Amino acid sequence: MKRYLFQRLLLFFPTLLGSLTLVFFLVHLIPGDPVEVMLGETVSSADKEGLRRAMGLDLPIGTQYLRFLQALAQGDLGRSLYQQGGVAELVFSRLPATIELTLSAMGVALLIAFPLGILAAVKKNRWADRGALLFSLLGLAMPNFWLGPLLMIVFSIGLGWLPVSGRGGPQHLILPSFTLGMVMAAILIRMIRSSLLEAINEDYIRTARAKGVSERKIWLKHALRNSLLPVITILGLQFGALLAGSIITETIFAWPGIGRLTIQAIQTRDYPLAQGCILVISTSYLVVNLLTDILYRLVDPRVSYGG
Amino acid sequence: MLRAGVFILAALLGLAALAPVIAPHSPTEQDLEQDLLPSSGEHLLGTDKLGRDILSRILYGARISALVGTGTVALSVLIGITIGSLSGYFGGWLDHLLMRVVDVLMAFPGILLAIAFTAVLGPGLDHVILALCLIGWTGYARLVRAEILAIREREFIQAAQALGGSPGRVIFVHMLPNLLPALLIQATFGVAAAIIAEGSLSFLGLGAQPPTPSWGSMLNEGRQFLLVAPHLTTFPGLAIMLTVLGLNLVGDGLRDRLEKKGK
Repeated sequence: MKRYLFQRLLLFFPTLLGSLTLVFFLVHLIPGDPVEVMLGETVSSADKEGLRRAMGLDLPIGTQYLRFLQALAQGDLGRSLYQQGGVAELVFSRLPATIELTLSAMGVALLIAFPLGILAAVKKNRWADRGALLFSLLGLAMPNFWLGPLLMIVFSIGLGWLPVSGRGGPQHLILPSFTLGMVMAAILIRMIRSSLLEAINEDYIRTARAKGVSERKIWLKHALRNSLLPVITILGLQFGALLAGSIITETIFAWPGIGRLTIQAIQTRDYPLAQGCILVISTSYLVVNLLTDILYRLVDPRVSYGG
Repeated sequence: MLRAGVFILAALLGLAALAPVIAPHSPTEQDLEQDLLPSSGEHLLGTDKLGRDILSRILYGARISALVGTGTVALSVLIGITIGSLSGYFGGWLDHLLMRVVDVLMAFPGILLAIAFTAVLGPGLDHVILALCLIGWTGYARLVRAEILAIREREFIQAAQALGGSPGRVIFVHMLPNLLPALLIQATFGVAAAIIAEGSLSFLGLGAQPPTPSWGSMLNEGRQFLLVAPHLTTFPGLAIMLTVLGLNLVGDGLRDRLEKKGK
């Protein structure tokens, strides 16, 4: 396990450095003068020079890069152009809302996927299986920027059961979580179904049946437990995807998380803030993927890296 | 499944191709006196805030989706094949270097990088295609590399090399035809992903710009009128869902066939 951890970390750090480098160069890809793009043409040249100096854009690119990494190591993500406070402060103040939404979406996805996935496997090739497959196909095809408004039309505007937008009590969480968790549920349903069907043909299941274990116990205890591994991987990988997907869901439901902050920063051309948001989301994505790999290895010691 | 998918796609492509003939109105023609109308004989799917016919905009929007979907995938496949072949065929430090670049790009959530690139480069469909390609090629490169590694030592490849075939000839004439089915399947899902990504970017105001009738931007415009005109949001979304459903069905069907053939 130690060797595996070492190998995995050996790959993690260069990738992290690579992605930080990419984020650093993003601002430098802005066509023309980034300061002019950020502040507009009407601002005085003194103000432009002030910002150029404050952001270190007047320095050679190599120096800027080293400064960027140095500041990062100290937890300094720079300052927002228009909002009070440092970028790190702003981003981390929004993080709890995004984590709340992401975890809740994951919960919704599991609540939908497990019953439907198990039902589809147990009733293979019957109407329940086809229904679950259709649900999964529709879930995959429905973009969240459509599902969100659609749910809003039905449950908030039409029926008046749930709030339209914002963050508050648990009822505020329902529609955004469902919107964000739908794709994950769709993927998980197929995953759970196929791994259950694979497990159910194994020798240990035949043994359990021969011993007279009830069908219910065979499916829910023996087969399900052994088919959880791929599900864990998908959960981890999808958690990262959920973080990214939250950008759109948060925008639809005016959910005050990092995703919405990213879009607001982009719309107001507050590039230091946008850069900080992108950096935090992508680093979280990397870390979650690393943790998933390690967790996977802990659960199943047969997994090896690079093989 | 494959048949249903092909049917949906053929119908949608047909409608997109025939848009100039069958669209009842111009997709950009405004009539401010006819704004936000519900479905009627004159406007089958109603009108938007500028009185433009939604059905016509959806028909023309299919062309945008087809362009972005196929354009993104074609370019990504081309880059992916080139990088993946170089990496898999030559191996060594080149392979290490190229695969680390792939690792870094894949370490980003795709849509986040696309948002970041279009935010930096500015909105517009050409920038959307470029941004989606910047990430999109990585999957194809990995696939091509893996497949080339798998067949590199096979006898027919060694024979081609022994007969003096240049690397280019060995890769393109002998190796790539073996990868086509796997590439085709991945490309089908790729088109679906590109259409959703374009929709997402246009929805955020970073993709197609007015008056271009992109399904994502139609949804974005419709979002302001959810209360009074929900049809503005419903129909473009339905169009995206049907298209992606068709593509996913075709991708699943092709994969099933390939797996069966493999067995």
